[in-house]
Amino acid sequence: MNYFPDEVIEHIFDYVVSHRDRNALSLVCKSWYRIERFTRQRVFIGNCYSITPERLIQRFPGLKSLTLKGKPHFADFSLVPYDWGGFLCPWIEALAKSRVGLEELRLKRMVVSDESLELLSRSFTHFKSLVLVSCEGFTTDGLAAIAANCRFLRELDLQENEVEDHKGQWLSCFPDSCTSLVSLNFACLKGEVSLGALERLVARSPNLKSLKLNRSVPLDALQRIMMRAPQLADLGIGSFVHDPDSEAYIRLKNTILKCKSITSLSGFLEVAPHCLAAIYPICPNLTSLNLSYAAGIQGSELIKLIRHCGKLQRLWIMDCIGDKGLGVVAMTCKDLQELRVFPSAPYGNPAAVTEKGLVAISMGCPKLHSLLYFCHQMTNAALITVAKNCPNFIRFRLCILEALKPDPDTLEPLDEGFGAIVQSCRRLRRLSLSGQLTDQVFLYIGMYAEQLEMLSIAFAGESDKGMLYVLNGCKKLRKLEIRDCPFGNMALLTDVGKYETMRSLWMSSCEVTVGACKLLAKKMPRLNVEIFNENEQEDCSLEDGQRVEKMYLYRTLAGKRKDAPEYVWTL
Amino acid sequence: MSPAAVVAEEDGRSKGSSTVASGSSQSLDCFSQNGAGLKERNYLGLSDCSSVDSCASTVPSLCDEKKENMNLKATELRLGLPGSQSPVRDPDLYTLSSAALDEKPLFPLLPTKDGICSLQKTGTTVVSGNKRGFADTIDGFSQAKFTGSTGMSTMLSPRPSGAQPSAMKEMPNKLQERPCQTNNGTSHNHAGASVSGSAPASKAQVVGWPPIRSFRKNSMATTSNKNNDEVDGKPGVGALFVKVSMDGAPYLRKVDLRSYTTYQELSSALEKMFSCFTLGQCGSHGAPGREMLSESKLRDLLHGSEYVLTYEDKDGDWMLVGDVPWE
Repeated sequence: MNYFPDEVIEHIFDYVVSHRDRNALSLVCKSWYRIERFTRQRVFIGNCYSITPERLIQRFPGLKSLTLKGKPHFADFSLVPYDWGGFLCPWIEALAKSRVGLEELRLKRMVVSDESLELLSRSFTHFKSLVLVSCEGFTTDGLAAIAANCRFLRELDLQENEVEDHKGQWLSCFPDSCTSLVSLNFACLKGEVSLGALERLVARSPNLKSLKLNRSVPLDALQRIMMRAPQLADLGIGSFVHDPDSEAYIRLKNTILKCKSITSLSGFLEVAPHCLAAIYPICPNLTSLNLSYAAGIQGSELIKLIRHCGKLQRLWIMDCIGDKGLGVVAMTCKDLQELRVFPSAPYGNPAAVTEKGLVAISMGCPKLHSLLYFCHQMTNAALITVAKNCPNFIRFRLCILEALKPDPDTLEPLDEGFGAIVQSCRRLRRLSLSGQLTDQVFLYIGMYAEQLEMLSIAFAGESDKGMLYVLNGCKKLRKLEIRDCPFGNMALLTDVGKYETMRSLWMSSCEVTVGACKLLAKKMPRLNVEIFNENEQEDCSLEDGQRVEKMYLYRTLAGKRKDAPEYVWTL
Repeated sequence: MSPAAVVAEEDGRSKGSSTVASGSSQSLDCFSQNGAGLKERNYLGLSDCSSVDSCASTVPSLCDEKKENMNLKATELRLGLPGSQSPVRDPDLYTLSSAALDEKPLFPLLPTKDGICSLQKTGTTVVSGNKRGFADTIDGFSQAKFTGSTGMSTMLSPRPSGAQPSAMKEMPNKLQERPCQTNNGTSHNHAGASVSGSAPASKAQVVGWPPIRSFRKNSMATTSNKNNDEVDGKPGVGALFVKVSMDGAPYLRKVDLRSYTTYQELSSALEKMFSCFTLGQCGSHGAPGREMLSESKLRDLLHGSEYVLTYEDKDGDWMLVGDVPWE
């Protein structure tokens, strides 16, 4: 098989970057497996409990970049109890003990302690990049350790983490010798930072391209920072409030005019609408705009702003933009590829978005491929129109705020609408359903959604058939998460082998019983079947006939995990 | 199992004297799409009152008989642990009673504590909130309690609640008579547009629905609070009402947190509000002279060991008032 010496094959493998392609290479033959293994630098582990750190290190000694995901997705919505797991510590400890020269760590939904951060900062001399998304368990003390000890740090990116503020001036811990920063994002931190230290840090970081400030950084500090970093491409604004007649504001307006390279804008965590005019000059350059946390910007100002943003490819906004505002987006942002519309209140703003806005977008933005849309209502007709206009959807996530709401015009379920989406969008990889839905929609999904990898279902379906259509039909399904649906044991047990082809299955408030889960666990030893028993009562005898409130199962080579809390029963 | 009274957070329209609390708007009772055939749930089991206001906008078309029967089941009186759910699961029940399932069951002995929908909350807060409230009731803690999370803003049906602060302060005296309002009705009227399904505050408080990241939810709450102060001339999210209950009082009060600027102000206001109960207990409704004495006695009571101000935060933990800065 090998007509080339190893070095040549290695060189060729350098060009193969994606995880899936790399995984495929390693399956070709023993020698390719060996070569691939030693040259592999980036590893992605979608479920931190699917494998042990030791085994990872053993196979890929040249590991430089590791991505780990912990808790199941529904943890984002408070469905996973506290302390379920997803701890970083054992990974860092194992990596620190080994000779792996870790340079990059990306974590999602994991529990990260200050001790792990401290250990991380001291164990890998060439550590360059730390990205934490939706993590928790650490404080600003951990960040201080990273700042102080990682001498070649390029990236510190904190996205939507719950971080406890210990008021320790972590930002001041970056030594004067640290000049390598390329990306710094601390927008999610609630506490204050030393503005002087921040300005000095920016001043000595000539490669800084991405900077996202938190709410505590006021407008005048922003102006000084932007003065020192005209090369910024991605800016997250903290506080944008000032007297429009003040000198500081006028200075800011002038400084902004010099920042021609900004293509991505976000933040506005505090904003006075009258200040927004200052950023109009950079809007025509923007390809990405995230105003989903800018609660201070009302619909009319949003619309005014967006009229300047002709080049937008990615837009995250709140539903106060309204259907009319989405019409403006459709007219202005012809290159739009990704749109997220968030509710401005947990149950939405009464004057918010409906199916009309989405239809307008679909008509104006044919390149749209990723959508997350929270709305009050949706009709089958609208979905069918959207499906026709935008056949390129890769991610389609629709959340009708009122669970089980049917088509308001016809009072029918939304089966046909979603059916049209899956039939038209052959490249669909991720789908989230909502509204009133029967088993029919699952028949459509099973039939047409051939590329579907992730499906989220809530308050839908009528019988086990629904779930079976999906399990049978979607060959590429990796993650299935279901809540409050009438799917029971028959659906769960009909094709147990399927679950080994998937990363995980979540079922909560469905009709599966303990007995069925036990049976499944018995048949499939390489699955961990976890049941959460959150009853406060002490008599935890699980009878077979008892309905399971929450079940999470995932394939694993690591066996039953040892760090599960008491309420988690691995069957 | 639906709570009896829906607190009239909007204009305090009382629906006639004989109206008993209807089913909550969140147990999406059988409303037909065009407003006819409104049905109320009556927790005392009296005859259904027909005089409920328009809830036409909200509810989906779950109007067949079948659903109505389900609804009855969902709203039947049951004793049980708060937050515990019926083992017989019917997904249809979710439309009608997802909140109901999560709410406190009616506990006839303490009509004041139950059946009152809490003001706008996210799913998690309500579930645990009710649970705590109920547990506290049972255990009879001698604590004045906030039922409401101070971190949350009134993002739902903002205009209505902002418009009527004074109407909100007083709960009707008689236990049996509660205005059977739904927020939908009023917000519907106020908003003008017929946006269906925008059931605000008292809507189904299902855990984890809508699926918004908790980080984002919490952010929205704090940001919206702050920004509304800065926006001129807009009523925006006017008042932030939270329920206050004092152990032993026959009814609860609502306070607008926005009308105070320090904890001191708040606690004196609460003192005054609840003084009538304590005075009652001291048996001194009469002469002003004696009232004055009792006032100072009350202050001792409130600042002494008998009553402390606590509140329940978004995580469902009972916290002592005063630790966190007022903002």
